[in-house]
Amino acid sequence: MDIVTLSRFQFAATTIFHFFFVPISIGLALLIAILETMYVVKGKEEYKQMAKFWGKLFLINFAVGVVTGILQEFQFGMNWSAYSRFVGDVFGAPLAVEALLAFFLESTFIGIWIFGWDRLSKKVHMICIWLVAIGTIMSAFWILAANSFMQRPVGFEINNGRAEMNDFLALITNGQLLLEFPHTILGAFMTGAFLITGISAYKLLKKKDVQFFKKSFTVAIIVALVSSIAVALVGHQQAQYLVKTQPMKMAATEALWETSSDPAPWTVTAFIDTKNQTNSGEFQIPYLLSFLSYSKFSGEVIGMKELQAQYEEKYGPGNYIPPVRTTFWSFRIMVAAGSLMILLSMYGVYLAARKKLENNNKWFMRIMLFSISLPLIANTSGWVMTEFGRQPWTVFGLMTTADGVSPSVTSGQVLFSIIAFTTIYAILAAVLVFLFIRVIKKGPYAVDNEHDESSDPFDKEGYHHVS
Amino acid sequence: MSLNELWFVLVAVLFVGFFFLEGFDFGVGMSTGILAKNDTERRVLINSIGPFWDANEVWLITAGGAMFAAFPNWYATLFSGFYTPLVLLLLALIGRGVAFEFRGKVETPSWKKTWDVVIFIGSLLPPLLLGVVFADLIKGLPIGQDMEMRASFFGDIVNIYSVVGGITVVMLCLVHGLMFTTLRTIGDLQERARKMGKLLLIPLAALLVVFEIMTYFMTDVFEAHGGLMAITVVVIVVALVLAYIFMSKQRDGWAFGMTGAVIALTITSVFIGLFPNVMISSIDTAFNLTITNAASGHYSLKVMTIVAISLLPFVLGYQIWSYFVFHKRVHEKEHLEY
Repeated sequence: MDIVTLSRFQFAATTIFHFFFVPISIGLALLIAILETMYVVKGKEEYKQMAKFWGKLFLINFAVGVVTGILQEFQFGMNWSAYSRFVGDVFGAPLAVEALLAFFLESTFIGIWIFGWDRLSKKVHMICIWLVAIGTIMSAFWILAANSFMQRPVGFEINNGRAEMNDFLALITNGQLLLEFPHTILGAFMTGAFLITGISAYKLLKKKDVQFFKKSFTVAIIVALVSSIAVALVGHQQAQYLVKTQPMKMAATEALWETSSDPAPWTVTAFIDTKNQTNSGEFQIPYLLSFLSYSKFSGEVIGMKELQAQYEEKYGPGNYIPPVRTTFWSFRIMVAAGSLMILLSMYGVYLAARKKLENNNKWFMRIMLFSISLPLIANTSGWVMTEFGRQPWTVFGLMTTADGVSPSVTSGQVLFSIIAFTTIYAILAAVLVFLFIRVIKKGPYAVDNEHDESSDPFDKEGYHHVS
Repeated sequence: MSLNELWFVLVAVLFVGFFFLEGFDFGVGMSTGILAKNDTERRVLINSIGPFWDANEVWLITAGGAMFAAFPNWYATLFSGFYTPLVLLLLALIGRGVAFEFRGKVETPSWKKTWDVVIFIGSLLPPLLLGVVFADLIKGLPIGQDMEMRASFFGDIVNIYSVVGGITVVMLCLVHGLMFTTLRTIGDLQERARKMGKLLLIPLAALLVVFEIMTYFMTDVFEAHGGLMAITVVVIVVALVLAYIFMSKQRDGWAFGMTGAVIALTITSVFIGLFPNVMISSIDTAFNLTITNAASGHYSLKVMTIVAISLLPFVLGYQIWSYFVFHKRVHEKEHLEY
């Protein structure tokens, strides 16, 4: 296999893996901060136990997110040195700011939060988890600022054969970023919320610590409902923005070979023939693509063939059509998962409001347990669509992915690192799932381990652990 | 001072900060394998760096980010040129990071044993590999006209000079970590840490002497920066002697300060030796990467300078505060988180 394919595979695999854990961390940090605030405000011990219990899962997850994140920063230079030289002047800045502003904040205060339960006042301890939550959110902002530059380059000029920054403000007010950031963050809140509701549903099914998990469920399902509706609304804005800025990605996502009729129907499913550039067996809803693209029931959407001709004229010969089937289906998977989550969280809020969570909602609770995977599916397919849809570009209109690869690194080296990283990541995933299940089965009032028990009667912790 | 010089200094400061801070937690990680006698002692050691190691590691990530932003060509050449050592470094850092979190979660000996091994190797390999990389930086590497470095793993990257450099950094971190242990523990463990630190100070001094002699004969840094390098070496020697005296007098805080100074000065001397280059080509000095030809444009550096100067005081402030919060020694009878 050639170096570009291998490098792309490694980047995609390690990034997708990393992004299973990041949204969980962002979402859980927020929810734990909310729970600990309720503890401080209401003074009920129960909320402290909730913050601590969900905190255990958060910390296991956070550790995996952090270590897989180091690799992310390194591999731009390791595998994409030509890319790094070309964009470093612009792209490096948000990464450096992310480290300075966000990584220091979250890593310092997570340490204080873990070890500081007995050493800080309630309020200061609560502020620590809020700073962690803010750190995770800011981290997302800066890395997405860098990503947005790849989707829609702004605030730069081409000098000395590379992109040089000339407007930092433009970089962080990039229209792409102003939509991509809320969409990603809301998706992360959903991810954390569905993890808590799913685990709580499982515990409610088992009738274990009912009060504890009913409350956890209620707090999380509200976050789930608000964010799942908001994420869809932002998503709609993104589609309209996409038509304007990356029409080829839009056309590929809709498998639109020819320019559509006016008004444009939305293709729900189709058999896509990329070789002959045609579809068959299309199932369509009239007007809907016009609505998705322009928020009105008229307007045509330009197809891939026409765009290909335009791009050839503008950028020279080449194939400018991204992998159509991948973008088409990943978009539909994301939308389906997102819609399902809206419905589930609506019903969940209804049950919680009517105080019916304890009733025998066996099927709903089972569905909620398996719905832990829904946001992960939606996050992943959303990013697959965004990044595959950008191809063949690495920076849209400026540099192709193939041109960005490190010229001094060999296929053998990349093959070695792929094997090494996928192996260690598989182990990480297995251990994480194993530990999650362990913590969940033990429940919130379990004794951590025998060493934890202090015989000191003045140690407050000792009492809670056995209570 | 030009912005290019300022950013060279900032990158150096970030690496010095990284080695000073993460240096001791690498050392403590290694101590879990050679100093601790039982599980309780291992837990005390891990808990002594528990609140800090993650934030310490961010110094490396920030150094990498600063290189990317301020010197994209340095970042690109170094990270792609040292591909294989960096893969190993990442594997070590990944394993070590999760091991701290995972180790205490299951109470079976085989589980703990497994993560103990990961913590030990994960704390030993990074200073070794980074020592190799830093030694290679001052020795020079086959960098071509296209700024790409095409280095053989054995020979260009792993050679007698870089291996001595790597072992020296490992020993520096180990002694520094033992001194940290004397500050954060009590009783028998504290005494043994002090004793072992004092014992290892001799081979550390020997390694540093050998490394400086090799540097004198195998690189041109003494030619280029003779005066400054000589002063640095003298101060390193003084710090080593003082470290020995303080250890003997059980002045642990001062001894820790001295081992920290030795680490900081050793890393500083690498950057002094490099300046104004950032990477030296062994093919032709015309291909050297310098603080000029590797750097970002003026606008980008200006923006980054404003950002860094306004953020760094806060970062330093809360990091120092975190050490203040956990100034009490770790006691085995207390609640141990890890």
